[in-house]
Amino acid sequence: MAIFSVYVVNKAGGLIYQLDSYAPRAEAEKTFSYPLDLLLKLHDERVLVAFGQRDGIRVGHAVLAINGMDVNGKYTADGKEVLEYLGDPAHYPVSIRFGRPRLTSNEKLMLASMFHSLFAIGSQLSPEQGSSGIEMLETDTFKLHCFQTLTGIKFVVLADPRQSGIDSLLRKIYEIYSDFALKNPFYSLEMPIRCELFDQNLKLALEVAEKAGTFGPGS
Amino acid sequence: MTVHNLYLFDRNGVCLHYSEWHRKKQAGIPKEEEFKLMYGMLFSIRSFVSKMSPLDMKDGFLAFQTSRYKLHYYETPTGIKVVMNTDLGVGPIRDVLHHIYSALYVELVVKNPLCPLGQTVQSELFRSRLDSYVRSLPFFSARAG
Repeated sequence: MAIFSVYVVNKAGGLIYQLDSYAPRAEAEKTFSYPLDLLLKLHDERVLVAFGQRDGIRVGHAVLAINGMDVNGKYTADGKEVLEYLGDPAHYPVSIRFGRPRLTSNEKLMLASMFHSLFAIGSQLSPEQGSSGIEMLETDTFKLHCFQTLTGIKFVVLADPRQSGIDSLLRKIYEIYSDFALKNPFYSLEMPIRCELFDQNLKLALEVAEKAGTFGPGS
Repeated sequence: MTVHNLYLFDRNGVCLHYSEWHRKKQAGIPKEEEFKLMYGMLFSIRSFVSKMSPLDMKDGFLAFQTSRYKLHYYETPTGIKVVMNTDLGVGPIRDVLHHIYSALYVELVVKNPLCPLGQTVQSELFRSRLDSYVRSLPFFSARAG
C-alpha cells in the first residue's frame, strides 16, 4: 500500500507542482568481470540495458551507480563517460547497480502535459453524452487518479492499485491548494507552487491517507 | 450495465473491426478519423504509462474510466489491440477481451485463408459471432436494443 507521487497541472497543461512520496526500489547490483555480458546503449542521456536480461537486470534498466558511486546521466561521478569507462578492461572487476531510470524534471513536465491532452481526448471519444476526461487509469503496477476542479486545475495522484480512499485525498489536496497556495499573497496563479505550508500539509495529508486507505471504503 | 462499442486494431494502427451497441454520442468526426484518434490515444497512453510506472510492468495499461464510461484495453504480444467501452459498473474483463481475440479473431479471421490480414475484417461469420458473443455477456443489457 502506498501513494507514489502527486502532480498538479494548471489549466494550460503546465506542471506547477510535483512530489514523489514513495519510490519502490527495483534495483539490482552485480559485480562484473571483463568483458561485460550486457549490451548497453545511450538513450536520452542515459545508459540503458539494450540486451542481456539476467539476475533481476531487465532490458530498459539504466546504470544507476558504478562501484557504489551514483552516475550522473551518461557521466560517472568523476566526469568520465560511462560507456567509455566500462569499455576499459583496466577498470574491472566492477560493480554496477541497475534499476528503472528515474524521471528527470523535464520528463515530468512532458508527461504532465501529455496527460493533459490524453484527458481531453478521453472525453472527446466518449460514447456517452457529457463525459469528463480520464478520472482513473489502471495498470498492473499502479493506478492514476485525477481530479479536475471547475477552474481547470488537475490534481493527479499515482498510487498502488490496492490503495483506497484516493478520491477523498484528491479533494483534500484541493483544499490544501486553496488554503496554502491560493491564499498566499506571494503566490501567482498558474505558476509553480513554492509554498512551505503547502508542502508540509500535503505531506501530512499523504501520510494520513496512506494509513487510512488500508481500511477505508473503496476509492 | 451495458456495452457501448468495441474496436479491434492491429499493430500498425489499422482498425480491423468496429461495432457499436448502445452508443449515445458520436465523436463528431468521420469514423476513419475517430479510429486514428483512438489508436493515437492508446499509443500515447501506453508510452505514458510505461514511463510513469514505478516498477517494471507485465500487462501494462488495463483500463481507464471517466465520469460516464470505462475503456478496457487488452493487447496481445503480436500487437493486436482489443478495446471495449462499457459503463462504469463493469469490473475487470480481461478474460472477455482475451476470448474475443483467441476464440473469435484467431479462429475466424487468422485461420481463414480468405481473410487477408492487416485490413478491415470482411468476414460475415466473424461479425455475427462477435455480435452474439457480446450480446450474451452478463453485463450486456438489452434495455436500449
